[in-house]
Amino acid sequence: MSETPAIPQPGFNWWRVAAPLLIGLLVLGGWEWLVRAREIPPYILPGPVLIAETLWRDWGSLSVSLGVTLRITFLALLLAASLGLILAVLFAQSPVIEMSLFPYAVILQVTPIVAIAPLIIIWVDDVTLSLLICAWIVAFFPILSNTTVGLNSADHNLLDLMRLYRASRWQVLWRLRLPAAMPFFLSGLRISGGLALIGAIVAEFVAGTGGRASGLAYRILESGYQLQIPRMFAALVLVSVTGIAIFMALSLLSHLLLRRWHESAMARP
Amino acid sequence: MATAGPPVVSLREVAKRYATGTLAVQGVDLAIREGDFLALLGPSGCGKSTLLRLIAGLAEPSAGLVSRPDGDGIGFVFQEPTLMPWATAEANVALPLELKGNPRREARARAREWLGRVGLAGFERAYPRALSGGMKMRVSIARALVTQPRLLLLDEPFAALDEITRFRLNNDLLELWQRERFTVVFVTHSVFESVYLAHRIVVMAARPGRIAEEIAVTSPYPRDEAFRTSADYAAHCREVSQALTRAMAA
Repeated sequence: MSETPAIPQPGFNWWRVAAPLLIGLLVLGGWEWLVRAREIPPYILPGPVLIAETLWRDWGSLSVSLGVTLRITFLALLLAASLGLILAVLFAQSPVIEMSLFPYAVILQVTPIVAIAPLIIIWVDDVTLSLLICAWIVAFFPILSNTTVGLNSADHNLLDLMRLYRASRWQVLWRLRLPAAMPFFLSGLRISGGLALIGAIVAEFVAGTGGRASGLAYRILESGYQLQIPRMFAALVLVSVTGIAIFMALSLLSHLLLRRWHESAMARP
Repeated sequence: MATAGPPVVSLREVAKRYATGTLAVQGVDLAIREGDFLALLGPSGCGKSTLLRLIAGLAEPSAGLVSRPDGDGIGFVFQEPTLMPWATAEANVALPLELKGNPRREARARAREWLGRVGLAGFERAYPRALSGGMKMRVSIARALVTQPRLLLLDEPFAALDEITRFRLNNDLLELWQRERFTVVFVTHSVFESVYLAHRIVVMAARPGRIAEEIAVTSPYPRDEAFRTSADYAAHCREVSQALTRAMAA
């Protein structure tokens, strides 16, 4: 029984940070040593030090590309989150709408984005808009499907209680279904954050082969053509770091919103 | 304290058949009078929860008539505490008032008052996750009573609690009932609990669910721990046990 939640929380476990960091340093050190010892040319495999130097030297152009990719990713995520949520609410209000539209959402999800991206880029004249559409298509589904499940998973007894007090449809949605769906929505959002980035990068690749984009993927392509492999790696590092940062930011958001009530965000004594 | 006030709830020839074809209850005639403390006692599957839902208006009878207090005259306590995990104890209790459109401040003030009355002063800001099983059930009772209903319906509310907590909540419920003068229908499968609490025990039989017998527990209120060990209590328990055995054999 937990009459009082006063059990002291265990101190922050530094090993959770230190252990992976140590592994990372070891791998990077080994990599650098291998490159130097075997005298591998940089156009085959650059060492981490060279990659870091390139990142520093080319930060001017790389940061501009990072900005372009980030903007697409965030706009796509924002659109996916809001449209996914709105559509999920519509689905929850009317089974007819859900039955008629859900299959199309699935089709949108299972069609590989690489296959439709060229079409979208041809049809939509504005490059930014076409990239945004591609990234949105990829990011949209997890939010829609998760939130739909969440809205329907409200406690049946609480639904009965709402009926007993003659709550309106709106009250049931606002006070019961939406809060119940929150953990589902947030876990969808975490998946979609990564997917939005992947969608943006893939679309940039497709657009980049036509020389029409300026994001990180385009830098990777460009560097590949020019055999500037250290620069290619530098852009790759930025993509990975962005992905990790998005995931961590969304996890933090989820933790902050759920920590008081949801099992998934509770510290276990 | 057995009263013979006007009926708050009356059921006439009530039957309920579910969509699956199961006949949950049949031919139920029952009048529940103002101030009653009535226990519905029976084995699981005898339709006592169904009967309670019919009284609450959460289910419609397939045949017969149910008349009940309208508006917010009913409070309901489920088998589980059924609290919103994302809301504080205070917000959970204030829910029925806020649904009716009462101003938030007023609703919250009333909710705090009721939390005090069920012995939870100081836990207004606690989330359900941080409360014990018994405390959660107290919040649930406060929520059911915050609208000051004429009729309180409880569906095996203390079945999942340990005995010590259950005894304490039994006493507190009796005390609230004597103070606030509402009418209670209490579903239970415990002979001992029904005799301790109620002055009318309706024994139910299963397949199809129906009323087998009605027994009056004439022992006076207030009842306390001394009553639990009295010969009077034991005699009533024996009588009700025998009625239950007959109902189960029928």
